[in-house]
Amino acid sequence: MIHSLFLINHSGDIFLEKHWKSVISRSVCDYFFEAREKAVDPENVPPVLQTPHHYLISIYRGKLFFLSVIQTEVAPLFVIEFLHRVADTIQDYFGECSEGIIKDNIVTVYELLEEMLDNGFPLATESNVLKEMIRPPTILRSVVNTLTGSSNVGDTLPTGQLSNVPWRRAGVKYTNNEAYFDVIEEIDAILDKSGTTVFAEIQGVIEACVRLTGMPDLTLSFMNPRLLDDVSFHPCVRFKRWESERVLSFIPPDGNFTLMNYHVSSQNLVAIPVYVKQSISFFETGPCGRLDITIGPKQTMGKTVENMMVTIHMPKAVLNANLTATQGTYTYDLTTKVLVWDIGKLNPQKLPNLRGSLSTQVGVPKPEDNPSLNIDLKIQQLAISGLKVSRLDMYGEKYKPFKGVKYLTKAGKFQVRT
Amino acid sequence: MSCATSDLEVQEEEEEEGGGGDHEERAHLEEGGGGGGSFQTQPLRHDDLKEMLDSNKDSLKLEAMKRIVAMIARGKNASDLFPAVVKNVACKNIEVKKLVYVYLVRYAEEQQDLALLSISTFQRGLKDPNQLIRASALRVLSSIRVTIIVPIMMLAIKEAASDMSPYVRKTAAHAIPKLYSLDPEQKDQLIEVIEKLLADKTTLVAGSVVMAFEEVCPERIDLIHKNYRKLCNLLIDVEEWGQVVIINMLTRYARTQFLNPNINESLLEEGSGGDKTFYGSDEDEDEDEEEKEKNAEAPAMAKRKPYVMDPDHRLLLRNTKPLLQSRNAAVVMAVAQLYFHLAPKAEVGVIAKALVRLLRSHSEVQYVVLQNVATMTIKRRGMFEPYLKSFYIRSTDPTQIKVLKLEVLTNLANETNISTILREFQTYIKSMDKDFVAATIQAIGRCATNIGEVRDTCLNGLVQLLSNRDELVVAESVVVIKKLLQMQPEKHSDIIKHMAKLTDNIQVPMARASILWLIGEYCEHVPKIAPDVLRKMAKSFTNEEDIVKLQIINLAAKLYLTNSKQTKLLTQYVLNLAKYDQNYDIRDRARFIRQLIVPTEKSGALSKYAKKLFLALKPAPVLESPFKDRDHFQLGSLSHLLNAKAGGYQELPDWPEAAPDPSVRNVEVKDSVFTLLERVTTLTSVPEWTKCSSREKRKEKKVEKPFYSDSEGESGPTESADSESDSASGSESGSGSEESGSGSESVESEEGSESEEEEEDEEEKNKKKKKKELKKPVQESESEQSSEEEERKPERKSKQRKSDSESESDEEESESESSQSESEDSESEAEIKKKKKAAESKPPTKPVKKENKKEKKEMSLLDLDDFEPAPSPQVTPVNTFLSNSLVTDLEGLSLSDTVLSPATIAPSSALKNYELLHRITGEGLSVEYCFSRQPFSPDANMVAVQMQFTNNATSDTKNLHMEDVKLQSGMRVKEFPEIELLPAGETAAAVMGIDFCDSTQAANFQLCTHTKKFFVSIQPPVGELMRPIFLTENEFKKEQGQLMGMNEITEKLTLDAKCRNEHAIVQRVTTAANLSRVPCGSDKECSPPVPPPDHPIHRFAGRTVTSSSLVLVTVATKEEGAAQLTVNCEKMLIGTMLVKDILLALTQ
Repeated sequence: MIHSLFLINHSGDIFLEKHWKSVISRSVCDYFFEAREKAVDPENVPPVLQTPHHYLISIYRGKLFFLSVIQTEVAPLFVIEFLHRVADTIQDYFGECSEGIIKDNIVTVYELLEEMLDNGFPLATESNVLKEMIRPPTILRSVVNTLTGSSNVGDTLPTGQLSNVPWRRAGVKYTNNEAYFDVIEEIDAILDKSGTTVFAEIQGVIEACVRLTGMPDLTLSFMNPRLLDDVSFHPCVRFKRWESERVLSFIPPDGNFTLMNYHVSSQNLVAIPVYVKQSISFFETGPCGRLDITIGPKQTMGKTVENMMVTIHMPKAVLNANLTATQGTYTYDLTTKVLVWDIGKLNPQKLPNLRGSLSTQVGVPKPEDNPSLNIDLKIQQLAISGLKVSRLDMYGEKYKPFKGVKYLTKAGKFQVRT
Repeated sequence: MSCATSDLEVQEEEEEEGGGGDHEERAHLEEGGGGGGSFQTQPLRHDDLKEMLDSNKDSLKLEAMKRIVAMIARGKNASDLFPAVVKNVACKNIEVKKLVYVYLVRYAEEQQDLALLSISTFQRGLKDPNQLIRASALRVLSSIRVTIIVPIMMLAIKEAASDMSPYVRKTAAHAIPKLYSLDPEQKDQLIEVIEKLLADKTTLVAGSVVMAFEEVCPERIDLIHKNYRKLCNLLIDVEEWGQVVIINMLTRYARTQFLNPNINESLLEEGSGGDKTFYGSDEDEDEDEEEKEKNAEAPAMAKRKPYVMDPDHRLLLRNTKPLLQSRNAAVVMAVAQLYFHLAPKAEVGVIAKALVRLLRSHSEVQYVVLQNVATMTIKRRGMFEPYLKSFYIRSTDPTQIKVLKLEVLTNLANETNISTILREFQTYIKSMDKDFVAATIQAIGRCATNIGEVRDTCLNGLVQLLSNRDELVVAESVVVIKKLLQMQPEKHSDIIKHMAKLTDNIQVPMARASILWLIGEYCEHVPKIAPDVLRKMAKSFTNEEDIVKLQIINLAAKLYLTNSKQTKLLTQYVLNLAKYDQNYDIRDRARFIRQLIVPTEKSGALSKYAKKLFLALKPAPVLESPFKDRDHFQLGSLSHLLNAKAGGYQELPDWPEAAPDPSVRNVEVKDSVFTLLERVTTLTSVPEWTKCSSREKRKEKKVEKPFYSDSEGESGPTESADSESDSASGSESGSGSEESGSGSESVESEEGSESEEEEEDEEEKNKKKKKKELKKPVQESESEQSSEEEERKPERKSKQRKSDSESESDEEESESESSQSESEDSESEAEIKKKKKAAESKPPTKPVKKENKKEKKEMSLLDLDDFEPAPSPQVTPVNTFLSNSLVTDLEGLSLSDTVLSPATIAPSSALKNYELLHRITGEGLSVEYCFSRQPFSPDANMVAVQMQFTNNATSDTKNLHMEDVKLQSGMRVKEFPEIELLPAGETAAAVMGIDFCDSTQAANFQLCTHTKKFFVSIQPPVGELMRPIFLTENEFKKEQGQLMGMNEITEKLTLDAKCRNEHAIVQRVTTAANLSRVPCGSDKECSPPVPPPDHPIHRFAGRTVTSSSLVLVTVATKEEGAAQLTVNCEKMLIGTMLVKDILLALTQ
């Protein structure tokens, strides 16, 4: 399956390599670098490349390329999903997945990779199991390690691997037992020039942070589970219970995890929380254009819209922007041609407006293509689809846990065409 | 010193990259540097590292190993440290050891001789009592790629394959492909091991062994037969990576074993091109006569016999479907491809939603999914049509994603949605991403060719694009317009004229060439312009690109043939220019054309046909998706993505014409005995369990176990896995006898303690209780239960002897038995038995019961294998004797929380346990009680409360009794007999009676031991204040008639979704209250069954314990889960409370 893995940074240095079978020379990466050159943007590098003797499957995460070398037929998604899992694990262990962090913890990362695959086939990918074998670094532990010379390798044996709930480590103990659930919904939408919705849907995720002693068995039920059109679960969730009763029944992993992803049927009308009035025009004569954007609340269910931000990728010809914002600040990056207007809280009484002129390159015909607006926003304490958690019950343990549910609505890929 | 060291270390780094070298020279400079710099990240000199490794301090060794591993990770050479490292392979420190393993695996191949030194350590490890150490030894041993140890590895793998621990067996499965790649000659032996491991029943092993199968012997599909059903059933509990491998393998398997479910449709399609899959892909015209006959026969046969899906085929589809909900994109994709390749057309649609969901994932995932969706949309467009908008493109998508989405949108276009799609395309054309714009124009062209209605619209749109400022856009448009025009040139001469004008401006060679070709081809439509264009081109000929030059020659030749008067000179001029061109292609072409078109005396026969050659009618090009016909590769595979066969790709076989013998998948009886042993333990493990909502099911689980041998996987995956983790060194080091029945018992008991399966625990406790009660003959009322216990045993034995065919009916019977015993609790076991016999002799009653069974199946824990009721003997009930320590363990898990959810508690068990005294407050003593629903013999007016005392403390408890009973007036208590001694760790049971006086007031008293007193109270739920009585329907109605008005309470309710069948309603009501069911239609029992009415009415009757007031409950069901609950009772208070409780039970 997966033969070797190379971690490559933005400038094309290989700073970690791991081989699960015999060693493959790093010169195999040259094919990748070639493709990388061609693709201009790192996002546009084809994830699957064919070389005379190998296949290269790569992902791009946190400005790093995870490049795996494959020799025989394997489902590409299998590899891609695994590589993302590696990146997730690194993030889980060290808080972020960046070159610096990996270099600082290179031995731990290497050990992790050793445990995650055996002969190129995934062995232990559950973070709870891995943490039993290789402890994640904490400040306290690194001090202790410095003094005693011990390391992160767990001295207990990874019993989690043997259990039938491999995602949960054994012997969890907390003094404060708590279970928090964040219901986060993202609105994906495309609005056209006139403001009508071309396409809108809601994607939600339930992130959980569960710190409970022992082996709790949780049941999370919703007031209106029928809203959910399509769902995917963490392996701990019992499919059958969902199928028959529409409740989430599970023995949770310890710590943070994504319990479920869902999609709210696009048949339901999606409430669009804001409207955007915009006009961006370039004049035929003279090197300038005009921009005028106003944003107002639309269907916010009585909540305040926060963290409003508008991002516009301007045409190459736009040299500079001279604008005034009634609220918030704007920046225009001359090299990437990205205009960012950070508005902040949306005040329904006084609608924020950004207007002014754009200067374009002299002698170049006016840009034909109008840029599209990408909107970011946040609404606290609201799941825009109306989804509500009705209750969380715990079985199997005696204590009373502290429970909490938080709702949040965000703009996902929210785009206004002009 | 440290300063100097770090300097040198920098040099050292450079040196290492040069490949080692002269360490000795500078060694003396660094004396002592090792310790001082031990927390810097730079690697030390190899000599220092060696020194550190040789020291006796573990911390130094560890530090050295960390540095060495860091070097390996960075890709630096550390091979010359091999001797120093390998010495530490037996190091006691587990951290050092692990790092040494890492090093060994990396360098053993290069230093084979030295590596052998380590082998004995691993061989020792293989014998370790701890399964994890065994596994890790095997893992490292098999990872060392040294050919000389192949026999050792082989032996180790064979041994590990029959290890007790599933984890070790899993490691063995992993080791198989390693050994195979080291020495392919071992294949035969390895296949034997694979075969053995394939038969393994644990989820832990399944994924790994199938992976080994795929790498070593994917062609041995015959090995799968026997394991097919098991794999299907285990699938949901296998870890995600294993799922992918298994699903992909089963797809191939199914293609060889089952018939094409779309066989009838493909026959219909046959007229219009047909579905190749049925006929085999490349059958030539000249195939044998025989072959043809066979082909002709097949459809005829199919017509005669309608297609019936093999139940095994159905099983696969059914068991993979829930995995579409996996979080793992690879699993979802695997299921999607399985459905695409195997499911009947009508069912394939389910995968669309899941695939669309994946489009939200990382861009790499999107890339792969879109490629597959693109292929699917060609074959099954309808499936994705509802999700059209999900493929709309955002300006922020990476270009490669945009292009793929465009491909999908194009494939999805049809007459109805084309207008929306075209509108969408219009916005894309304005994009800044020019590659994407070009692709959009191509896409428009394809839509135009595919959908006749919009051809003109598209063409006009494209013509407008010709005036676009961007040259690339124009060029792309020209190329597409050229293709479109070829379809109906005569209509569009003005477009051609327009394009002719563009030659002045467009510089893109491909576009220029296209325009010239168009003008030449249709020069008759533009007779005036064509020569003019040629004139211009002749002028610029030398500066043109090669493809343009070729087209100029082409144009010249065509014009010469049609309009030689005007263009003769021009043509000759062009041909002369071409004759001296630098490119030989162009020179050749010029020479050839001159010979062909300019008539000379020498010219051959060909020139006569010049006109035909050049101006022949050319067929319009077909614009095709690049994804057409990609589905002959298994979707989701690397080969599919690359559209080329990758190494190791297994072809997806075509459907067979006639299904091979399905009986090969039948599992022998002998097998299921073995299965059973494992299942006993499996059942108690957690993952896929769902809370039992009925006691019946639980009973069924206990009693019927052996009948679902194949579906075990559904309920519990890992055999004895987690028990062993507890007792890894202990139980395993024990004798082999543990593998036998008694062994499985101990395994289970430990499992219970760990996996906390409540119901199971409860069950065990109950049994335990029963056992206790058996020992204490004080409670004569319990004798019934115990006799039940004993009576069952012979029953089971007799069941064993029954044949296959009977086993299914057994199942029903025993189920019905349990259901009856539950509703008519008062009836004795003997009666039930009688009934059962009656049922056996009276086949007419069966259908009713079958129905019952079906209903149950919907919610059943174990997905019953309806088509394969393999009979298997019952194992001795292992649960009946439990160690005391277990009970104490169970104690910790008791169900204080279950009160919250009545659904989780088995009804009619009545043994809903309540906590009287918690272990903590009781200082080691814990007490639970339940209402046993047995008549309390010393006083019929009392409710029997069964109590269970557990001493968790380390010291004995003596003189356990009750004191100081505080009661409401009228209430009475019959105390339980004093328990003299409760030794530490033991449990005891006792029964007390309380006369609650038909009220729900609590009975308070003190529980005393020889040292302590605890205040406790028992409060009964209202449903426990009654006892069931038997009434016939008529009696019931009569009684009800007398209890009208004030005594009747009616409530409307909506039944909970799971509780709409008769069965569930009865269960829930009888759980909530100690009532008995009134048989509806009393004649029903002895006459053939009448079809049950659509909206049955359920009646229940009982009397309150103290005052013997009648309690009548009626649940009348109506349409769509609506129901009406009526309670008639003299005691209005009881009635009101009962209504509340039953309402709760039915609606939750």
